[in-house]
Amino acid sequence: MAVTGQAQHERAADTAEPRALRCSGLRYSFGSTRAVDGVDLDVRTGEVFGLLGPNGAGKTTAIRVITTLLPVPAGMVEVFGHDCARERMAVRRLLGYVPQQLSADGGLTGRENVALFARVFDVPRRERTARIEAVLAAVGLSESADRLASTYSGGMVRRLELAQALVSAPRLLILDEPTIGLDPIARTNVWGHITQVREATGMTVLVTTHHMDEAEQYCDRVALMHHGRIQAAGTPQELRNGLTPAESARPGGQSAMPPTLEDVFRHYAGSGLDGRESTEDGGDFRDVRRTRRTASRVG
Amino acid sequence: MVPARMLAMCLVELQKLRHDRTELYTRAVQPALWLLIFGETFTRIRAIPTGDVPYLDFLAPGIIAQSAMFIAIFYGIMIIWERDSGVLTKLLVTPTPRSALVIGKAVAAGVKAVIQAVVVILIAAALGVSLTWNPLKLTGVALVVVLGSAFFACLSMSIAGIVLTRDRLMGIGQAITMPLFFGSNALYPVAVMPGWLQAVSRANPLSYEVDALRGLLLGTPAHLGLDLAVLVFADVLGIVAASALMGRLAR
Repeated sequence: MAVTGQAQHERAADTAEPRALRCSGLRYSFGSTRAVDGVDLDVRTGEVFGLLGPNGAGKTTAIRVITTLLPVPAGMVEVFGHDCARERMAVRRLLGYVPQQLSADGGLTGRENVALFARVFDVPRRERTARIEAVLAAVGLSESADRLASTYSGGMVRRLELAQALVSAPRLLILDEPTIGLDPIARTNVWGHITQVREATGMTVLVTTHHMDEAEQYCDRVALMHHGRIQAAGTPQELRNGLTPAESARPGGQSAMPPTLEDVFRHYAGSGLDGRESTEDGGDFRDVRRTRRTASRVG
Repeated sequence: MVPARMLAMCLVELQKLRHDRTELYTRAVQPALWLLIFGETFTRIRAIPTGDVPYLDFLAPGIIAQSAMFIAIFYGIMIIWERDSGVLTKLLVTPTPRSALVIGKAVAAGVKAVIQAVVVILIAAALGVSLTWNPLKLTGVALVVVLGSAFFACLSMSIAGIVLTRDRLMGIGQAITMPLFFGSNALYPVAVMPGWLQAVSRANPLSYEVDALRGLLLGTPAHLGLDLAVLVFADVLGIVAASALMGRLAR
C-alpha cells in the first residue's frame, strides 16, 4: 500500500484515537479474480472519508465486507472495535447503509419506507413516530412523505434512502456512490443533507464516489483504490501536494495549472476514470448493469 | 424482537396491497375460472369419483391451496427483484437474522394467501358450495393456508438462492408449480391415482394442505394432526434451507 509520508505520519500520531473503521490486510476474491488485495484503512471517528477509484477497483466489494454482506476471508475488519467476522450483529447495529442502487421500495410511501427500517432496527415504539418525522424533516421530505416512493425523483429517492439509513441513528454511515446518475443540483442537495446531518450528529461517514469534485469538497480524507489496493491516502490537499509537476501533466499540456484531485486520481488509476480499463480488468458485469440501471432510473 | 421484525415484513405486504389492489383482483380470475369452468364441467360429467361430495365442493379446497401456492411460489422472484434493486441488501445490513427475514417473507406470503383464500371461499359460496362458516374452523383454514404458503415461499426463496436470476427462477417456478398441483389430491382423490402418483402425492406438502382444508371446510374425513405436523415440519425445513441460501443472494 502506498501512502503519502504526511498521511503516514498523521496516522502514527493518531493511533491512540478511537477508530470508526479499521481494515488490515483485507483480501477478497471472486474465483480467481482478487477484487480486494490487502487493503489497510483507518477511518477516524467523526470524519467524512472518501474511498475513490474507477469501476472494478474493489470499492464496492470492500464496502460489502465492511457491511457484513460478505464474509472476511483474510485480514481484519473492525467497526468501532467490533470484529466484522465474529460480531456481525453488533456491527450491523452501528451501521447505516445506502447501496449504489436506488433501493427505496416504490410500492410504499416515503414514510412507510422509513418506518420499515425503524422497526427492523428495533427503534422503541414510543420514539418511533418522532424519529421518523425527524429524519424525514432532516432530508426535506416531510411534505412528500405520504406519496408513493415510485413518484419521487432520483434526488428525492436518494434523500429517502438517507432517511432510512439515519432512522436508527447509526454511528457509521456508509454511502456507496450516493450521487451516481444525479444532476448537479440534486447532487449538491444530497451532499447538503449529508453535511447537515453529520454536523448535527457527529457521525462518521464512509463514502465511495467517482466524482473528484465531491471528494475534494466534502471529504476530510480520501483513499485512492485501484486494482483492489489502496494506492494513496490522505487529505485531498496532501494528495495534491504530493504530486510533482511532471506527474500532474495533463494530456492537453496544461501542466502549469495547479494539480487537482482528478490529476491525483489519473496518476494512480491511469486511464481508469472512464471505467474502461478497470472494468475489463476486474469489473463485474452485475456492477456495470447495476450502475447503468441506477443511472437510468434517476433519468 | 424476531416477531416484531416478522410483523414488520407482513405489514409491508399489507401496505403494498392497500396501495395497489390490482394483484388481488387479477389473482381472483384464475381460481374463479377453475371453479366455474373445470369445476362445473366435471361436476356434470361425473368423471371423477368423489363419493357423496359434489365435485365442485371437492374441488374448492384444492383451488384455495392452489391459489395460495401460486402466490407463494413467486416469492423467490420477488426476493431476486429485491436483491437487484438493493432492498434486500439493505435489509441484510440490519440486525435482522436471515431466518427472521425468511420467516417474515414466508408469513407475509401466508397473509396474502389468506386474503386470496377469502376471495375463493366467497366465489365458491356464490357457486353453491356448502362450506362451513364455523369461525373456529375458518381460523383453522387460515392457519393451514399460512403454513402451506410459508413452505412454498421458502421453497421458492431456496431455489432463488441457488439459481440467483429471475429468468432461471421463472422457468423453474413454472416447471414445478404444475407438477406440484397435478401431483396432489387437489383435483382428484388419491385413491384414483396410479401407484407412482400416489407416492408423489404422499411426499407433496400440497396434498396435506388440501386434506386439512377439505376436513375443515367440508367436514370430510381428514388426518388433521398428521397434516399439520407435515406442514410444520416442511416449514421448518424450508426456513432452514432458505436462510442458509440467503447469503448467496447478498454476494
